Amino acid sequence: MPRNTRGAYLIPYYLWMVLFVALPVILIAYYSFFDALGQFTLSNYVNFFTPVYLRMTLSSFWYAVLITLFSLLVAYPAAYALTRTKHKQLWLLLIILPTWINLLLKAYAFIGIFGTYGPVNALLQAAGIGEQQILFGSFSFIFVSVYIFIPFMIMPIYNALEDINPTLIAASRDLGASSFTTLRRVIFPLTLSGVRSGCMAVFIPALSLFMLTRLIAGNKVITLGTAIEQHFLVTRDWGMGSTVAVFLILMMAVLMPIFGSGKEVRK
Amino acid sequence: MKRLVRLFLVVLLVAFGLMALAAKLNSSQGYSGSNTLTVYNWGDYIDPDLITRFEKETGITVIYQTFDSNEAMLTKIEQGGTTFDIAVPSDYAISKMKEEHLLLPVDHSKIPNLSHIDSRFLNLDFDPNNQYSIPYFWGTVGVVYNPELAGGITFNSWNDLWNPKLHNSVLLTDGAREIMGMSLNSLGYSLNDTDEQHLQEALRKLNRLSPNVKAIVGDEIKMLLANGEATAGVVFSGDAAEIMDENDSLNYMVPKEGSNLWFDNMVIPKTVKNPEGAHKFINFMLQPDVAAQNAEYVGYATPNKDALALLPEDISGDERFYPPAELTDRLEVYKNLGKRMLGHYNELFLEFKMHKE
Repeated sequence: MPRNTRGAYLIPYYLWMVLFVALPVILIAYYSFFDALGQFTLSNYVNFFTPVYLRMTLSSFWYAVLITLFSLLVAYPAAYALTRTKHKQLWLLLIILPTWINLLLKAYAFIGIFGTYGPVNALLQAAGIGEQQILFGSFSFIFVSVYIFIPFMIMPIYNALEDINPTLIAASRDLGASSFTTLRRVIFPLTLSGVRSGCMAVFIPALSLFMLTRLIAGNKVITLGTAIEQHFLVTRDWGMGSTVAVFLILMMAVLMPIFGSGKEVRK
Repeated sequence: MKRLVRLFLVVLLVAFGLMALAAKLNSSQGYSGSNTLTVYNWGDYIDPDLITRFEKETGITVIYQTFDSNEAMLTKIEQGGTTFDIAVPSDYAISKMKEEHLLLPVDHSKIPNLSHIDSRFLNLDFDPNNQYSIPYFWGTVGVVYNPELAGGITFNSWNDLWNPKLHNSVLLTDGAREIMGMSLNSLGYSLNDTDEQHLQEALRKLNRLSPNVKAIVGDEIKMLLANGEATAGVVFSGDAAEIMDENDSLNYMVPKEGSNLWFDNMVIPKTVKNPEGAHKFINFMLQPDVAAQNAEYVGYATPNKDALALLPEDISGDERFYPPAELTDRLEVYKNLGKRMLGHYNELFLEFKMHKE
C-alpha cells in the first residue's frame, strides 16, 4: 500500500479530532475569559477560588472516589465470577443490557423503587425495620451511580482476567500458594491495567455527574457538573460555566497519568 | 484512494438527492413557506384539539415544538437556527428578549380579540402597552400541602414552612428566583430585592430551612407531591392544579406576605417566517370559547375575562387559582434583574443547596 493512501485514510480521524476534541476544548478555554456581559475578564478564575466552588470541588471529588470504590468492590468479584461461568457471552450481555436503556428512565425507575411508598420501603417495613428515607440523600445517589457505572468497570476487568494465562495460576497453586495468595500475588497484579482503565471510565464521568444530583439526590449532593449545567442553562453565564469546565479538564489531565500508567508497569 | 473518493461522491449525491426530494414532498403537502406556522410553547400547555381546529379554520399547518425553561427557549431563539413564528415566554424573559431585540412588535389592528383580555393583565411593566406580547396564561407561586400530614399547621404564611414539625418533608422547586424570592418575601422584602444585606439575610434564613427540606427538584415535584412523598411543596399554581387533580387530599395556598405573580405571553420572535399566520394564531387563541377550552385543559388561569365567564363556576370561582384583585395587588412580577444579578441569585441559591444542616 503506497504511503499517501494510508495518509488519506487518516484524514477522517484527524478531522474528527480537530472538530470534536481540540476545537471544543479551545472554545471552552476561550469562553472562560469572558463574564456574563461579554467583557474580557479574569474574574471567573478568581471566583472559582471562593469557598462555594472549592467546597463543591471537594464534594465532587469525594463522591467520585466513593462511587469508583464501590463500583470496584462490586465489579471485581463479578468479573472474576464471570470468567468462571459456562455461558460467558450470555452473562456478559445481561450485564451490558442495562446500558441500552436511557439514563433518565433508569433514574425515574429508582425514584419509584426508593420512594416512601416504593417496594424497598415496603420490604423494610415487612422486615420490621420500618420506613426509611432512602431517596434524596447521599446513599441513594451513590447506589444509583454505582449501578449505572458498573458495566464500565466490569468490562475492562473481565478482559484483563480473560487475558491471564491459566498456566500462571496453575503454577502458583503448584508452588503451594493458597487461593487467596494466588489472587493477591498473581491474579490481581496481572489485572491492574484493567482495574486502572475501569477506574478511569468511572471516576471521570462521576466527577461531572449532574442529572442524578437532582433526580436521585434532590440537590442535596452538589457536584461541579451541577454548577456547569446551572451556568449554561439558567444564568446563561457561559464564562463561569466554562471556567468550571476548564478546572474539570485540568483535574482530569492530572489524573490521567496516574490511572494510565498501568500499561508501562506491565511491560 | 480513487474508490474512497468515488464512495464519498456517491454519498454526497444521494444526500443532496434526498434533500431535494424532501423539499419537494414538503412543498406539495403544504409544509413550507407561508402555509406553516411553528409554535414554540411550554410542554403540555395547549389543548391539542385547538391546534386541529385552528388548522381546519385557516388551512395553516401548525408545527408545535416545546421547551421546558425560558432560558432554553431564549438560547434557541438567539441562535436563530430554527424559524419560530410564535413563542410563549414568561414576563422577565420577555423584557430580556426585548432588550436583545429578539421580538417583533405585534400589530394590534390584526388582533380584534384583544378586547376580551381583562385590563388588569394589560400594559404591565415588562411590556408597556403590550407592544410585543399578548397575555396567554397567568398564575402565582405558592405552597401545595397535605392538611392530614401537616400536624395541625394551618398554612397561610411562608414562615409555616419553617415549622419544626415539617422536618424533612418540604419539597422545593429548583429555581433560584422562586426560592430566593420566597425567602425575601418571608422576611417582608420584595422578591426583586437587590440589596446585598437583604440577600444575605435571605440566604441565612434559607439555610435555617434546610432541616425541613427533603429535596430540591424540577418537574418531578408534581409526581412526588401527588404520590404523597412530602407534606408540602413550593410550586407554580398551574402545577398545583395538576397535582390536586391527581390527589384530592392536597390543598394550595398563596402566602399572605406576598409571592410571585407571573405571566406567560405570546410573542412573535425575530425568526418569524409567517407573520400573517402568527397574528391569526394569537387572535384565535384569544377567542373566548377557545381560551375557555384551553384554560380548562391546561389548568392555569386565563387572563381572558369573557372566557372566564364561560368557564364552570367551580373553576372560575376558585380563589386559589383566580385570586381576587386584593390579593393579586400584593403579588409581584419578577423584574429582569440583569445577567449579573441573576448570576448572584444563582450563586446564593447554590450556597443554600450546599448548606448541610
